[in-house]
Amino acid sequence: MKNPIEQLNKIFDSRIRLGIMSALLVNEDVSFNDLKELIQVTDGNLASHLKTLEESAYIKVEKGFVGRKTNTTYKVTKAGEKAFRLHLDALEQMIRQMGK
Amino acid sequence: MSSNEQNLDAIREIRQMMDRSSRFISLSGWSGVVAGGSALAGAWLAREKIAAYFQDGYGKTEACPVCLRNDLLAIAAGVFILAFVAAVLFTYFKSRRDGIAFWGASARRLMWNTMMPMLTGALLIWRMIELEQYELVAPASLLFYGLALVNGSKFTLGEVRYLGYAMIVTGLISLWFSGYGLYFWAFGFGVLHILYGLSMWWKYERYTWLSGPRA
Repeated sequence: MKNPIEQLNKIFDSRIRLGIMSALLVNEDVSFNDLKELIQVTDGNLASHLKTLEESAYIKVEKGFVGRKTNTTYKVTKAGEKAFRLHLDALEQMIRQMGK
Repeated sequence: MSSNEQNLDAIREIRQMMDRSSRFISLSGWSGVVAGGSALAGAWLAREKIAAYFQDGYGKTEACPVCLRNDLLAIAAGVFILAFVAAVLFTYFKSRRDGIAFWGASARRLMWNTMMPMLTGALLIWRMIELEQYELVAPASLLFYGLALVNGSKFTLGEVRYLGYAMIVTGLISLWFSGYGLYFWAFGFGVLHILYGLSMWWKYERYTWLSGPRA
């Protein structure tokens, strides 16, 4: 049997990236500011984690305007959803095995 | 190294983020109790007014149906304002205690999804009153409020859905009992709200209430 640790996705190692993905999976889209408030991180920190997820093609960015202010929202991609589900499965398996 | 503790932490984090980002969970049970209480008080006042009207004025020259209507509208407005203010206040305190932002995307979504059916119903009832068709005012208010709750329940505590179903059933039954509208109204807005509020408090708030504010 494969070792489930290998199945864990390195990208979801960080608490912040895990939080971003969780929020995006249950919402159609989430704005930068809402993410910031939900996860309670600084702008720069959040932006760099979002960049990582975007580069892995797990999320996509949409820039729009609310009045004059820019409003950036994020959505999860099909690939992101799949990767996140695999990660959850791996977590579940590990907990099962260790519980024995 | 990834230990079991860490994995459980990760799962807890995921679950929390999913809940927090999609649902507004700070609704306090107390707001249901206060809304129900003020509805019962309002219904009692309305019954007194109606009884007085039929006893003293009916058929006489000093009878004033417009005054009665205005009195009843004022009572309804008072009940609504009291219930709304109580809901906002208790919810604000609860969100502070839980450390959740009070006015965020989830609160906006909840507001929009409940206000839309409610405003539609309010306009319909307004027009009924204008046309002096009072018979279906109580059923309509119960029905539209029930639909608003069912619609909003996707964005807050799931139990709100059952309160909505109960309101709709009450409203539907009352359609065939015109003349008893006030009693159905008192049952729906009064008794059901109080039952809901108490059970929510029992389920979610009892512990924090007893153990003081959460760290």
